[in-house]
Amino acid sequence: MSLNLTEISLTAPRETRALFAPLSLSVAPGETVCVMGPSGIGKSSLIALIGGHLPRGFTTRGTVTLAGTDLLDLPAEQRSVGVLFQDAQLFPHLSVGDNLAFGLRADLRGRKARREAVEQALEQAGLRGFAARDPATLSGGQRMRVALMRSLLAAPKAMLIDEAFARLDADLRVEMRAFALRHIAARRIPALMVSHDDQDAQAADRMIRLSR
Amino acid sequence: MKRSFAAAVAASLMLASPALADWAQTKADAKGQTVYFNAWGGDPRTNAFIEWVSQQMQAKYGVTVEQVKLSDTGEAVSRVQAEKAAGQNSGGAVDLIWINGPNFLAMKQAGLLHGPFLNELPNAKYLDLSPGSAATTDFTVPTEGYESPWRLAKFVFAYDTDRVKDLPHDMAGLSQWAAAHPGRFTHPNPSNFMGATFLKQALVEMAPDAEALSKPVTDESYAKETAPLWAWYDKLRPNLWRKGESFPENESAQATLLADGEVDFAMFFDPAAPAAMIKQQVLPPSVRVWVPDEGSIGNMSYVAIPYNAAHQAGAELVANFLLDPATQAHMQNIDVLGSYSVLDPSKLDASAKEAFAKLPTAPALPTLAELGPTLPEPHPSWMTRLTEDWAKRYTK
Amino acid sequence: MIAIRALFTVVIGAPVLIGVVLTLGLALGWQPGLGQFDPGIDAFAQALSLPGFATSLRLSLVTGLGATLGALGVSLPLGLWLIGRAGAARYLSPLLAVPHAALAIGLGFLLAPSGWAVRLISPWATGWDLPPDVVTVGDPWGLVLILGLMLKEVPFLLLATLIAAGPRDVAGQMATGRSLGYSRAQVWRLIIWPQLYPALRLPVLIVLGFSLSVVDMALVLGPSNPPVLAVQILRLFSAPDPEQARPAAALAVILLGIMGLCLLGWLGAERAVATLGRHWLRRGRRIRQKQSLSGPFLAILGLMLGGGSLVILGLWSVAAFWRFPDALPPGISLSRWQAADWAHPALSSLGLAAASTAIAMILSLIWLETEDRLARPMRLGWLIVMPLLLPQIGFLQGLTTGFLWLGLPPGPVAVIWAQLLFVFPYVMIALTGPWRALDPGLTASAASLGAGPMRRLFRVKLPVLSAPLMTAAAIGVAVSVAQYLAVLLPGAGRVPALATEAVALASGADRRLTAITALMQAVLPLAAYLLALALPLWLHRNRRGLRGGLT
Repeated sequence: MSLNLTEISLTAPRETRALFAPLSLSVAPGETVCVMGPSGIGKSSLIALIGGHLPRGFTTRGTVTLAGTDLLDLPAEQRSVGVLFQDAQLFPHLSVGDNLAFGLRADLRGRKARREAVEQALEQAGLRGFAARDPATLSGGQRMRVALMRSLLAAPKAMLIDEAFARLDADLRVEMRAFALRHIAARRIPALMVSHDDQDAQAADRMIRLSR
Repeated sequence: MKRSFAAAVAASLMLASPALADWAQTKADAKGQTVYFNAWGGDPRTNAFIEWVSQQMQAKYGVTVEQVKLSDTGEAVSRVQAEKAAGQNSGGAVDLIWINGPNFLAMKQAGLLHGPFLNELPNAKYLDLSPGSAATTDFTVPTEGYESPWRLAKFVFAYDTDRVKDLPHDMAGLSQWAAAHPGRFTHPNPSNFMGATFLKQALVEMAPDAEALSKPVTDESYAKETAPLWAWYDKLRPNLWRKGESFPENESAQATLLADGEVDFAMFFDPAAPAAMIKQQVLPPSVRVWVPDEGSIGNMSYVAIPYNAAHQAGAELVANFLLDPATQAHMQNIDVLGSYSVLDPSKLDASAKEAFAKLPTAPALPTLAELGPTLPEPHPSWMTRLTEDWAKRYTK
Repeated sequence: MIAIRALFTVVIGAPVLIGVVLTLGLALGWQPGLGQFDPGIDAFAQALSLPGFATSLRLSLVTGLGATLGALGVSLPLGLWLIGRAGAARYLSPLLAVPHAALAIGLGFLLAPSGWAVRLISPWATGWDLPPDVVTVGDPWGLVLILGLMLKEVPFLLLATLIAAGPRDVAGQMATGRSLGYSRAQVWRLIIWPQLYPALRLPVLIVLGFSLSVVDMALVLGPSNPPVLAVQILRLFSAPDPEQARPAAALAVILLGIMGLCLLGWLGAERAVATLGRHWLRRGRRIRQKQSLSGPFLAILGLMLGGGSLVILGLWSVAAFWRFPDALPPGISLSRWQAADWAHPALSSLGLAAASTAIAMILSLIWLETEDRLARPMRLGWLIVMPLLLPQIGFLQGLTTGFLWLGLPPGPVAVIWAQLLFVFPYVMIALTGPWRALDPGLTASAASLGAGPMRRLFRVKLPVLSAPLMTAAAIGVAVSVAQYLAVLLPGAGRVPALATEAVALASGADRRLTAITALMQAVLPLAAYLLALALPLWLHRNRRGLRGGLT
């Protein structure tokens, strides 16, 4: 169930030089690896490549497999790769509960069962009774927790974190990071986190530095 | 009764010689005026002719003629009605209307016309204004000098000789032809003048008592005279283009269908129209005119002046110019318009006669003999009734 | 503020209200000009018993709702396809600029049984030496009319979609949705588009109102026996028998009522669809879908029909006698271009467009600048919306009577005023966005340099906004040139214009004349758009930040 990157390199549109030296990496289930590097080296692009959200025009080399499946040929929605974005990306027109329900995997059938799953996720996020709330009324930390729970409800086989904690206050950042890593670890899935924050790297199981 | 009244009016018109002093005054009043000539704009050659009239009027009298191109003459009539409704009894927008039959009757009855003015026009002397003549009755309604003729109208069919080899002889035969060639015949929607004329042509041919048609319609006469018509039409309709569910909007739209080969017949109220359209490369050169053996209905096209027209003097001057023998000869030229003159040849002087004799001819232009006899129009009330009844019967 | 509010109420609001009131009055037997008042509802009874009334009503509903639903339905996959393509909006504006009448005439030339489409494949593929006796243009269900309306309305809705999407992080939401296992099409339908819909509501309702009451396209493409309600009303209003005016007014009132009911029905249906959508979304069903081709397919189809319509107009305008089933005319001839009087109506249309657009621009600037200076909204939004939502035939005939009654005879002034009712709202809508988006820092810093309000307006705001101003003017010209009823009714035929000439000629015999007029009608707004694109580029050739061009 591990996430394997082999000789990955990325070239931005209308550039000839790759963003970083070819990267090979294996992330085991339950393990969190932090990828560090100066800004502009392509950390977010790496996340986008694995998640399937890379804008048109990039050239890619190498392979990415998840549990033995080659990911790069699959459309994003079939990769089972959850992404936690910097700005949480809660859908503003849906209630907190509907945001979670939208994420919840489809094979859990029945209106009641699904509602209970959403309630349970809220409970785990310390947001009991928040189902009907408008996402716009949540604090930054609350939003991030909802976004993480939404991703996990979709039962991803790997999780990507794109500088998700950078915008939070220092105290909140520690708490949120611990919350996220705890929940990801509990699901025994590989996780890849990109960051330029040393604390993120320390919290992760392993750290890799991208270089040109 | 009606006849003798018409005769009396016509006679009075003949007696009243044009007051020349008045006419000089009219000319003076007209100078500098812009006459809004409301005329059906669907025929480019007519539009071009009116453009020519405008140039001539400008040069001769300092009068500008501006054609207001109507898609239906009713538009101008309702315009005058709206003005009257709004209390605008002078300075109206419509100065001159190309008008006929029911529209004339409607305006005359509603008191929306200026006149009588025909007897004031110097060129009226070239017309045959004897009692009951074509130039004094419009669809059996006495014109009483409230309108002035300008071109001859006669109902004709046009057909493509390349495709139609078995021409029928009359309207009854047309139904058999359509049965043999389903989908190849149609007629304009009877809410349009030409569509209504098609029904009238059949009515005139089939009505048991032709005399009844010259009198205003009654429920009784209508039921009796139209029975054979509807029986014939019910047989014809399923064999029409698009199974008689829809119809071309007017004669021009049907001419396009003929040109495209969607149908094999078109119909016109101007015998020269097919020849003119061949010249314009609108119709193929193989098109010729066909008239039912017993003849077809015909009348004259008129111009009338609304009671509240802003430029009545200019409008009278235009009406007079249209009757000028030189204008009529120009109009009858197939290279110009090809419309037959309304003047009485016996009243023309030698030079005018020669001008008509020298006009060029064209293969698709029928001779007067080929056009056959002219059948009288029914009273306008018949047309109104036919149109309404057709809409009730066949609009679902 | 009061004086300015009064100005807009009188110039834009009053004519619409007068038109509606006089139409309603006429339907109920009140004719103030004639001093006649015999109240009664017999005009309605008359209207309801007209031959084919039920069919006309059905036709109007089918074509109006069908075109709206169809346009919205097609705009969904097309919107998804265009959303990631930068500059897509740039190509939509010229499509929008083609007037309805011109497009309808071209589409008719293309799709008739003897039209270009059939000629291109006949007789080699079809065996047809004569056109087939099938019903296309003018079909009894109004399908070709729906198609024509959709060709015009889809670009409009797409542009509205792209503008609504502009400030949103569509790419981010798309990535989020896909990372949860949903296909692009599903994320678009369930997540992104519902957020855009509030901004689409007004455009959609405008499309609905327009489609229910369209006259020019219906005259060219719609069935004729009976026609749609709006055409039936026009026919009755212009019938020679004055007695027909009252049932015509009654029908116009009925059409107004239908519009109202459809509007309420639509708003109700919106809620039902939103509820259904939420239920669907809560079930979490992921639909596996290969890359959808419907977007590009629809785009190509639309461009073929729209582009084909314009090309066939060009072809017919220079064709010698062109017999079925030849794929191309046997010869090219410029004789009609030389003979036909197309310059006169073209100049007239241009003059009307220039006048109504100039007035609309000035009014819009007064409105927006007043709001800025008083820092308060005008609260006159209904003025913008009303002329666009109400069926034109429901108030323009009444307005013409009202103009006469008030001493304004039919002519260019009446036409310009009537056009202004439609030009102003679009110019205003086009200007409001860029105006409000203007960086307030710019005017603030100008003020701090001692510039008064006038100097700030003329030296800062207007130059900075020159690109959107040009675009708004181009839209104004396009709206003006496309007006049909607003020329026909208040102009009393005295004011020549390309729209009325083209529609009148469309039922004439000479396709080349029709083609020339329709082509000119299409060329005018396109030229205005090109100018709007080119002028800011030239004006700001040294200012990269201001070269916006078309939005």
